[in-house]
Amino acid sequence: MKELVDKYAGKMIAAGLAADPLVCGLDDEIVWNRADERQSVLEPVLEDMRSNSLICAAPAEPYQTIIRFLAARGPGPVTPRDCETRTFLHDLPVSRSFTPGAILEHLKKRKSVIVTGSGGVQVVAFGTVSPEQAFVTFSSVCFSCFVLFFSDYLARVRAGTATAEEHDAFARARSLLPAPRQSPPELKTGPFAGAAQVTEAMIEAGRLTVEYGLVDSYFGNISYRLHDTVFISQTGSSLDELAGCIDPCPLDGSSTTGITASSELAAHTTIYLRTPSRAILHGHPKFTVILSMDCEMTNCPDRDRCHIRCPRERFIEDIPIVPGEVGTGPTGLCHTLPPAVRERRGAVVWGHGLFTVGTVDFNEPFRGLLEIENMCREKYFEAVRQAGRETTTAGR
Amino acid sequence: MNHGWTGKVIKVDLTAGTISTLRPSAELYRKFIGGKGLAGHFLRPCITLPWDHPDMPILLFTGPLVGTAAPTSGRSTVMSRSPLTGTVADCSVGGRLGFQLKRAGWDGIIITGRSPFPRSLEIDNDAVRLVDATAHWGATTDVVFAELGDGGRSVAAVGPAAENGVAFASLMVDRHHAAGRTGIGCCFAAKRLKYLAIHGTNRVPVFDRGELLAAREEIMRLTAASPVLMGQQGFSCFGTGSIYDLMDSRRMMPTDNFRKTHFDRAGELNAHAYREAYLPVKHGCMGCHIRCKKIAGRGKRKGASMPEFETMSHFTALLGNTDMELVMEANRVCNLYGMDTISTAATLACYREISGETDLSPHLLRLLHETGTGSTSLGRELGKGSRALARDHGKPTASMAVKGLELPAYDPRGAYGMSLAYALSTRGGCHLRAYPVSHEILRKPVATDRFTFSGKARIIKIAEDQNGVVDSLTACKFIFFAAGLEEYARAYTAVTGVASSAQDLLEIGERIYYQERIMNARNGFSAADDDLPARFFEEAGSGGTAVPIGPLDRRAFLEARAKYYRIRGLDENGLPTEEKIRQLGLEENERAG
Repeated sequence: MKELVDKYAGKMIAAGLAADPLVCGLDDEIVWNRADERQSVLEPVLEDMRSNSLICAAPAEPYQTIIRFLAARGPGPVTPRDCETRTFLHDLPVSRSFTPGAILEHLKKRKSVIVTGSGGVQVVAFGTVSPEQAFVTFSSVCFSCFVLFFSDYLARVRAGTATAEEHDAFARARSLLPAPRQSPPELKTGPFAGAAQVTEAMIEAGRLTVEYGLVDSYFGNISYRLHDTVFISQTGSSLDELAGCIDPCPLDGSSTTGITASSELAAHTTIYLRTPSRAILHGHPKFTVILSMDCEMTNCPDRDRCHIRCPRERFIEDIPIVPGEVGTGPTGLCHTLPPAVRERRGAVVWGHGLFTVGTVDFNEPFRGLLEIENMCREKYFEAVRQAGRETTTAGR
Repeated sequence: MNHGWTGKVIKVDLTAGTISTLRPSAELYRKFIGGKGLAGHFLRPCITLPWDHPDMPILLFTGPLVGTAAPTSGRSTVMSRSPLTGTVADCSVGGRLGFQLKRAGWDGIIITGRSPFPRSLEIDNDAVRLVDATAHWGATTDVVFAELGDGGRSVAAVGPAAENGVAFASLMVDRHHAAGRTGIGCCFAAKRLKYLAIHGTNRVPVFDRGELLAAREEIMRLTAASPVLMGQQGFSCFGTGSIYDLMDSRRMMPTDNFRKTHFDRAGELNAHAYREAYLPVKHGCMGCHIRCKKIAGRGKRKGASMPEFETMSHFTALLGNTDMELVMEANRVCNLYGMDTISTAATLACYREISGETDLSPHLLRLLHETGTGSTSLGRELGKGSRALARDHGKPTASMAVKGLELPAYDPRGAYGMSLAYALSTRGGCHLRAYPVSHEILRKPVATDRFTFSGKARIIKIAEDQNGVVDSLTACKFIFFAAGLEEYARAYTAVTGVASSAQDLLEIGERIYYQERIMNARNGFSAADDDLPARFFEEAGSGGTAVPIGPLDRRAFLEARAKYYRIRGLDENGLPTEEKIRQLGLEENERAG
């Protein structure tokens, strides 16, 4: 248990989610990654919960600035509209008090709670089978808040309703963003001849996708078509830990071993069957997701159903934006994504993430992922600048 | 009591031939929810009686979500004391049984007594009556369904196996579904009760329909995101048989009575092969959109139930059979006679090991007939289950069972949490009490290391509590590969108006499960029974070069079990403590017993 606890404390730090996370695991006894005075508050929480792990940490910057702003905006929970929140988190409750009772009140209902305080915000999250669940939730909270914060800011600047506090928070968060990576790495070159080469290439591409900040560890998926078999990352696998987590799925369906494959297997399979693609990479680059949700049609009758029912053909330059939910339901992205990527380098799924494709190896989709995200980042800040100018002009 | 629950329970005394109505208190409903929870409450005062004593009740209970828009909530729980194991015996069963009972205006049925002649219970809304079933006694279940299964009714019937005392006899429901395990069918036959036929037309009142639809949307979205449930290789497309390939590739397919864990012909007998041969179509329980049940769609088997994963695996790998058509026929025969396919196959595998016969396939069907009819001494021996068979032949280690219940098709040497789940299950060798395959193999909610005991004691305890809630609501456990109690608590509150949360429900689940430990303890079950067959500690499985499958480390297993006892609030012998009984509010019914 100590090994697991230390592993996820390390991953929190490596992912830039928190500088000094407090992580515990629980079997018949509690095991902490380190001693901390907050244990006196958190251990009573654990005693009253049916859980086996917990993470408590002050999010690192820029998440700290972002979440502090969103939590203070209240009242009530923070309610991002991205796919992660909609599907898994629902909303992000906020507590004004770091006490066992206040934390419990929210953790009894939700996977996490944001706790505000004079020294900043902390996020508390728990798991029932592994500290990994708490890590995933913590990571999702940071991602969702990031997307919400920058999306809202652009909308408010456009509407001329951004407050001084919002401008300040934006300026601070922006100044704390890591500089974008410009050059893609040189990945293994294909075409690949056998399963061993394919898995090695996938492991490398997955690890670097996380390292380049194009997806948080847990999310995303990756696949490669070798003859009539699709090799794809398993559901819930970490892109930076793919060894042993890749399923070979025959295209003729003659084996169902791939039942543990990514929930997007159907979308990947259809793309392979309908296009010359051999490699697919799916990440959650933040500014791409933000721009996918940026729509100025505020009076659209489907405004609250954009993720499944956007009626418009939308693009970010050459990249189409399509609606679609995770998986294979009637509104699943398996129906919208494959036609969108045909003869293109990729497509964005609304509020979710970016899929890029290549015909030889992962160099092309990786480059696409990086270039599109950098383009979206530039476009986002240009849109903010433009909106600010227009608002200022209109106000004169 | 105006929402979710009907507030009414039917009481049937088969000895006197009387029917009355019980109205449990609102407090009792909130304390035990329904389904398994309420059934356990009513079973507990009688649990020390012999399983076939007239006063031993059979309980059929639905939960508050049944008959509403909450997904996969059309199920019910059947419970009594097991003739096979002596433990509590409960089965969550699908089809339309729970749905029709609820729509008829009833939360449950408590059946006691013993009829002097074969009878059946027919329910049509408020009209409840006992009918003479002499003409149906001895009939196979297909005959009963053919005669009674029309008109929107749900029918649950026992077959000849129950009437002939087969200790693992099942209760068949709506032709394709089974309350399969622990010999619950035998309990019906002991009371001379042949079938239940239920029809209801009432709507189930819901406290907040808008909230329920919002909860439903959350659950449906999560289900769609689940590769196991809705993926192109998942349960909805291929049925539960979709994990057949996975179990073999993970080297945990029980083969040759658990002497191996890899079946080299598995690739020819997987879900894809069945699809090619029988073109199965989807069929589901009431209120379920996953529809994991499959029905043969072509050929001479058209309309037949396709075998579930356990049946596919045990009737091939466990027995060394490679004939898919024989599996289909074995499944059909078991359903006609009303026999649990897991225990049936596992008992035959035990017999194969004891007898030294290399291939049972040529006379497998004859053995099934002899078991179901009790027409030969061997058939009657097989009908007692593997534990009795192995013991009577002086080879008790050949019975691969826990507490006398034969093990399903997941070899615990390939998933250590599974070993704890089997050993600690209150009904014996059952995979569904904690179902650690969910995280150890299927990676939900996240993957755990399948080759370690670290952390597993608490994980098993929490999962048992959760499934106690699921079987009380009464929903399907499969959907919890995707959704969680977080979403179902919202549905529960929306339906009943009772404020609740995931953690509140888990607390109730802990009460429900602990009650079962209390009942088993009163019948003498202790740590000595929370154990696995010695084979798992002494023999290695069939690991490949990349995945070695060694024997379980007994010391590590016992340490994990001891941790479980501490976490569960049991003493070191696995027995309930007064302190925990009080803490969970279970003392009152303890005195009543």
